[in-house]
Amino acid sequence: MRPFVLPLLLASLALAACQREERDTRPQSAFGSGEQPTPVTTLEPGGQRPSPTDNKAASFEANAFHLSEGKRLFGWFNCSGCHANGGGGMGPALMDEKWIYGSSMESIHATIRDGRPNGMPSFRDKIPDDQIWELAAFVRSLSGNAPSSAAPSRNDDMMAHPSENRMPDAATLGKSP
Amino acid sequence: MKRLASIAFATAIALFLQGCAGWQSALDPKGPAASELAWLIWFFTGLCAVVWVLVMAALAVPLMMRSRQHAEPLALDAGADSRKLRVVMVAVGLTAVILVGLTLLSFFANRTLAAIGSDAALTIRVTGHQWWWEVRYEDATPSRILTTANEIHIPAGEPVRLLLTSTDVIHSFWVPSLSGKLDLIPGRMNVLDIKADKPGVYRGQCAEFCGAQHANMGTFIIAEPRAKFDAWWNDQLQPAAAPTGDEAKAGENLFLKRPCVMCHKIGGTPAGGTVAPDLTHVASRQTLAAGTLTMSRGNLAAWIADPQGVKPGSHMPVVDLSGDELNAIVAYLEGLK
Ligand code: HEC
Ligand code: HEC
Ligand SMILES: [Cu+2]
Repeated sequence: MRPFVLPLLLASLALAACQREERDTRPQSAFGSGEQPTPVTTLEPGGQRPSPTDNKAASFEANAFHLSEGKRLFGWFNCSGCHANGGGGMGPALMDEKWIYGSSMESIHATIRDGRPNGMPSFRDKIPDDQIWELAAFVRSLSGNAPSSAAPSRNDDMMAHPSENRMPDAATLGKSP
Repeated sequence: MKRLASIAFATAIALFLQGCAGWQSALDPKGPAASELAWLIWFFTGLCAVVWVLVMAALAVPLMMRSRQHAEPLALDAGADSRKLRVVMVAVGLTAVILVGLTLLSFFANRTLAAIGSDAALTIRVTGHQWWWEVRYEDATPSRILTTANEIHIPAGEPVRLLLTSTDVIHSFWVPSLSGKLDLIPGRMNVLDIKADKPGVYRGQCAEFCGAQHANMGTFIIAEPRAKFDAWWNDQLQPAAAPTGDEAKAGENLFLKRPCVMCHKIGGTPAGGTVAPDLTHVASRQTLAAGTLTMSRGNLAAWIADPQGVKPGSHMPVVDLSGDELNAIVAYLEGLK
């Protein structure tokens, strides 16, 4: 028995490396993408719109695949046109700790889906719901709010900021812990 | 019994070699570059086979020869030594000549390949995307510049210059029946000249692993007589056909209102996305999603309803559509000839 223990232990350690993150390309939503309630007012308690909490908020944020899909879509849908690469332009910076409408995934999802009054367009019906969640997760990674083990690690072109997995947590930046 | 075995063997070989024919084979060349390469492949293989047989024989013969008995095993045999030295020298000399010869052959073959497109009149920009090909026909007149996807029409018998690049990762363009392969590298432009001797459809395949759907990244070179090619180009320059019938009209509306418009372009409509295949004349193509499906109403519907089922991981997301909406969009796209 004894001589087998070490090889078995090593084998099980080595096999663990075969574990690969699942790429869920068709996450099933509890709500259909077209069926969220339309907001009837822009007044929101505490700057937060009570957006339906989907299990996606949690599952997308720690998932490397969804974060990198969000990054690709951020370029594809020209979010950079107004927000630059997160640094801000005509739209506010997304890599700082200031959030006008709240920093939660749900708030960011609501921002992208329904737009915001001072110039953020609504992408309702123009971006499928899952992709909005992917964008929201990526937006949070811009201010260091995603686990560095999952955030995108490499840029294909020159970027003004470090890759997302090396982004400092904007909320604690410059403050002593 | 023995005859049966030999018949079976012959059939197996015939079937096996059959795999070398067809629309995607380096051993079934249909253009000057591929012919040059096929000749080179056969010559290298033949010569190396001969060398191999000779070397094996040189090894086997001494094994089978019985060694001569010497009365005095330690005595020097000057004659035998110089004989052995001569054999080794000749073998080394031959090896050097063969290697230099093959190097020269492949050098001159390369020169022939490079000369094919020196007078190319047509330039096509091929951009690799995960996992499809963007094809742009260059022209001095801006209104004649044409963008399409996955299928590359060329005039038969004329050299064509391809400018290869990529927007995401490294891909490789390979149409074995027409030419060797060349990489598409982000931020770099590679030049590949091709020529098809006769009209026909030649299949190509991305030949550099580029991600989940690398295997479903096919392309088609469609070589046509010059007149037919010119007519095709002129047709493709037209804006998309206006939808006929209520269903197709509803389909156009839906296409413009739903996410499709964010990624795809349809010439003549407000849809101007550039990150996905141009759909202005999508129904005139023979396949969908880079050779994954053949073009038909059913396959269009299958693709739009569930691209992630057909080509998991592809960059077209599932868009939530009701049955009626799907039918309308398919009716519209089907008319984009
Ligand atoms: C036309 C320009 C424009 C485009 C395009 C645009 N935004 Fe915005 N965005 C804005 C403006 C302006 C605001 C500020 C709105 C306000 O203050 O009411 C904003 C706000 C936001 C906020 C809220 C920031 C906060 O502090 O709460 C997020 C998140 C955001 N945008 C994400 C995106 C994403 C993701 C995309 C791409 C899908 C995008 N934006 C595309 C202009 C734009
Ligand atoms: C996020 C961007 C995006 C959206 C939104 C999108 N597509 Fe696509 N589409 C793509 C990409 C990328 C491909 C190429 C996929 C491949 O071959 O790997 C594609 C391929 C296609 C093709 C096949 C084209 C060809 O020549 O092979 C059709 C048809 C198509 N899409 C229709 C639609 C329709 C209809 C909608 C709306 C319901 C839509 N697409 C929404 C990105 C998108
Ligand atoms: Cu590939």
